[in-house]
Amino acid sequence: MSRSEMVRIERHLNRRKVADFLFAMVGLLCLLFALLTLLALMYDLARTGVPRLSLDFLASFPSRFADRSGILSAWVGTLCVMAVTAVAVIPVGVAAGVYLEEYAPKNALTAIIELNIINLAAIPSITFGLMALGLFVYEFGFGQSILTAGLTLGLLVLPIVIVTTREAIRAIPNTIREAAYAVGASKWQVVQHHIVPYSAGGILTGIIISLSRAIGETAPLITIGALTFIAFLPTPPVSGDAPYVSFQWLMDPFTVMPIQMFNWVSRPQPEFHVNAAATGVILLAMTLVMNGAAIYIRYRFRKRVKW
Amino acid sequence: MVNTTQEAATAGGDEMRAEIRRLSFSYGDKTVVKSVSMPIYKDRITALIGPSGCGKTTLLRCFNRMHDLYNDTEYEGEIALLPENRNILSSDIDPIEVRMRISMVFQKPNPFPKSIFENVAYGLRVRGVKRRSFIEETVERALAQAGLWNEVKDRLGASALALSGGQQQRLCIARALATDPEIVLLDEPTSALDPISTAHIEELVVTLKQNVTIVIVTHNLHQAARISDYTGFMYLGELIEFGRTPGLFTKPKDARTESYITGRFG
Repeated sequence: MSRSEMVRIERHLNRRKVADFLFAMVGLLCLLFALLTLLALMYDLARTGVPRLSLDFLASFPSRFADRSGILSAWVGTLCVMAVTAVAVIPVGVAAGVYLEEYAPKNALTAIIELNIINLAAIPSITFGLMALGLFVYEFGFGQSILTAGLTLGLLVLPIVIVTTREAIRAIPNTIREAAYAVGASKWQVVQHHIVPYSAGGILTGIIISLSRAIGETAPLITIGALTFIAFLPTPPVSGDAPYVSFQWLMDPFTVMPIQMFNWVSRPQPEFHVNAAATGVILLAMTLVMNGAAIYIRYRFRKRVKW
Repeated sequence: MVNTTQEAATAGGDEMRAEIRRLSFSYGDKTVVKSVSMPIYKDRITALIGPSGCGKTTLLRCFNRMHDLYNDTEYEGEIALLPENRNILSSDIDPIEVRMRISMVFQKPNPFPKSIFENVAYGLRVRGVKRRSFIEETVERALAQAGLWNEVKDRLGASALALSGGQQQRLCIARALATDPEIVLLDEPTSALDPISTAHIEELVVTLKQNVTIVIVTHNLHQAARISDYTGFMYLGELIEFGRTPGLFTKPKDARTESYITGRFG
């Protein structure tokens, strides 16, 4: 190889290394931009909101006076709605996922259904609100209640549960299925004894992630007519008198934390904005805890069941 | 096509446990097993040998209707269980029933991520056996048959995934034996194992034939020669030659069998 050629190759190599370095820098900058924006937002929210947090804030109803206002009805409402959402979405989503993965014949119809489930996850949430207004509120007569809200959010996050359930099931190696079938298990026994237990970690993760998505939803709940100012709690589910258990709370009106936030932000007084920030901090903390739990569960199950 | 050697025809007084009659099997329009006929003798080890893709595993998986789990598969011909002459491929027999009578050990150890005990007991559980004492006895018997009892008797509650590869495979054998199968199918059971575990399992398979009929698919010619009583050589989906193992290995009738066992191809 001649000397001049060596020089040429070296120069070219240097140019390639520079390009490499440049791309790494651009990538890092993009990452930092995303992270810093998020951190700045969270910092700002925390700086405004955290000083307002107190037990009183959690234990008071909203009020005309910003400093006497609290989020009692909002967090109780959120909890109730989430309970309904979970009860509705877990059995339906998991069963649908198991069916699609283990039972459904692999044909064009199944492919179309699969495609539609993925698309369903991308539908704007307000559309679900409109659908729920027509179906649950008017058609079924559930009213503007916790039940309506829970079912609406359940439908909204159903695709997430179905998709994550399927992914968790698909991670189970086929050799395990064959091992179970080979000793004479029926399909239902395989699902019951193997498929669901071994994918439970992934399924649980999907459920938590779907609930943490639902907890922050505002638009569909406003559409179905959630109240923005509410100074009472739903009927308690248990009472001292017969029949002791009551489901009246399902039909009660409600508000949830993001709607409470939205209400306070839209007021002119800055004190209410502080309340909104404090609510935001709590909502964010709840979401973080839920996602943290999801990551932990996934980690635990991965350690227990590895293929 | 079948070039049955003389020993097989008389079979030295061995009793047939099953007979494959003109069995063909296809995935979609691809025929993988082509009109195979061969006997399976009771309490003997029958080995299926042949190069990769010759259809030996596919043939083995017909025995417990494993192909029924997948779409677009078709059996033609019969596998008759003797002496009752019941065709297990017939569509009016539930594949679950077939799998309860004919169990299988796979290429890669595939224990369930459950305890050692539950792995072996699983076959009884799916049958709805509830009696604790019976399950415990059976698990111990099966683990002993698989030569694993002494190694695991103190930790039956431990996860099966904590066992070594060779132990896992013996656990899978115990799982296959726990339900008292009439035939045990072994699909290259040692291909994923080290030589010591392999020797262990070969020894075990030979002792098992005292009361179980075994069909084993193997890639390893020496293994077939060491442990089997009968050998079938398959090539491109056809059974080229079937006979007593010593005869087939020393005096093959077909040129292709000879080429294969002398290492000229495969």
